Amino acid sequence: MVEITTPLTEEKARALRAGQKVAVTGVIFTGRDAAHKKLVEALDRGEELPVDLRDQIIYYVGPCPPKPGWAIGSAGPTTSYRMDSYAPRLIREAGLRGMIGKGQRGPEVVAAMKEDGAVYFLAMGGAGAVLAQRIKKAEVVAYPELGTEAIHRLEVVGFPLIVGLDAAGNDAYVEGRTRYARPAPA
Amino acid sequence: MREVKAADITAVLRDMCIQACCHLPPDVRRALQNARAAEESDIGREVLDILLENAAVADQNEIPICQDTGLAVVFCDLGQEVRVVGGDLREAIDEGVRQGYKDGYLRKSVVADPLTRKNTGDNTPAIVYFDVVPGDKVRLTIAPKGAGSENMSAVAMLTPADGARGVRKFVAGRVIEAGANPCPPLVVGVGIGSTMEGAALLAKKALLREVGQPNPEPHLAKLEREILEEINASGVGPQGLGGRTTALAVHVLTGPAHIASLPCAVNIQCHAARHVERVL
Repeated sequence: MVEITTPLTEEKARALRAGQKVAVTGVIFTGRDAAHKKLVEALDRGEELPVDLRDQIIYYVGPCPPKPGWAIGSAGPTTSYRMDSYAPRLIREAGLRGMIGKGQRGPEVVAAMKEDGAVYFLAMGGAGAVLAQRIKKAEVVAYPELGTEAIHRLEVVGFPLIVGLDAAGNDAYVEGRTRYARPAPA
Repeated sequence: MREVKAADITAVLRDMCIQACCHLPPDVRRALQNARAAEESDIGREVLDILLENAAVADQNEIPICQDTGLAVVFCDLGQEVRVVGGDLREAIDEGVRQGYKDGYLRKSVVADPLTRKNTGDNTPAIVYFDVVPGDKVRLTIAPKGAGSENMSAVAMLTPADGARGVRKFVAGRVIEAGANPCPPLVVGVGIGSTMEGAALLAKKALLREVGQPNPEPHLAKLEREILEEINASGVGPQGLGGRTTALAVHVLTGPAHIASLPCAVNIQCHAARHVERVL
């Protein structure tokens, strides 16, 4: 298990390898479909982003509302490919260093990650109740009108992840699947 | 005519929303436990352990198993000897969903227009399928459906010549291509026959069957086993990280079709295979 404290510098990011288990402690930001659209529209207009993303990690999640006594409701990852058309610009233009989600990414994202030294982490899809226990504080910091899709600032302790794609382009999914594939029945 | 109050339908549906989203049904838990016992991959076993732990945490705290508490898909089988009194049936269902998603701290995931995409704020309208059936009861089934798995679903208009083999290739191919996206291990609903939209509805209804119960028709049970075998030979595994358990079960439902048609729909369901049924 590799312990990581945010912010995630390029040096820390480039040292990670696909398949490694990681525990993240510190601040991460949430963002999914609607927030990504707004962030990239702000870049198009040449505006400053509402959150400084340099060396930060975005978690693709739309959490449930918190029950009394909880910092946040269920909070597992959403499928990442829907952010593929936006992610390269956040990496290249805003200095985004890490993404947390689930599922495969497209070649444009991988290319931007390799060039700039960014990492794609996997969180356990459908384990939102367990993951919520590792989130100690949550507050909306941008786009409150988006409800669950607003950008939240999360304080996490030992947030459990797997390196899905490292900055050299190695892919934990391809490595895992290749190991267990059998010929298909005729 | 037996009278059923609209307010009673609302109250029951409210509770069903919370029950479905926070408490994984026993058949799905058993299927995950069986998969855990059979899984060869270390990371696969670890994933299945966490998913079982997650179900326990959600159950004990009554919080959602998954943050995607979905569109509220409701099947309402209305006995023809029932008269709903004290309100509109469709509105009674939406009100139950509205109350359940608010009181249960469930996520509101509905946008009113698919292109302008403004959230309705209360998870309504529900997706409701009405059927009129004999008798004097109302049977309600809720199956909250998350988008991660729904987005990987598909329909193909196969030809009669494609047959069972064509169905197997299409369904298994679609599931394997989806890889990690829909949160494997999956339950795979397959609808064969009817029309284009009829096949899709059959596939969704197939997901309501108890996980792993085979189709009573021997040739369809055989097809279910063959599709499952092909999917699990892929190596995709739990969470797509490699292993034997890409799907927990394949459920096939069929309907009569046109002499020229073999519609085939695959509706993919993640491991949070939530469904609750009540009869009023």
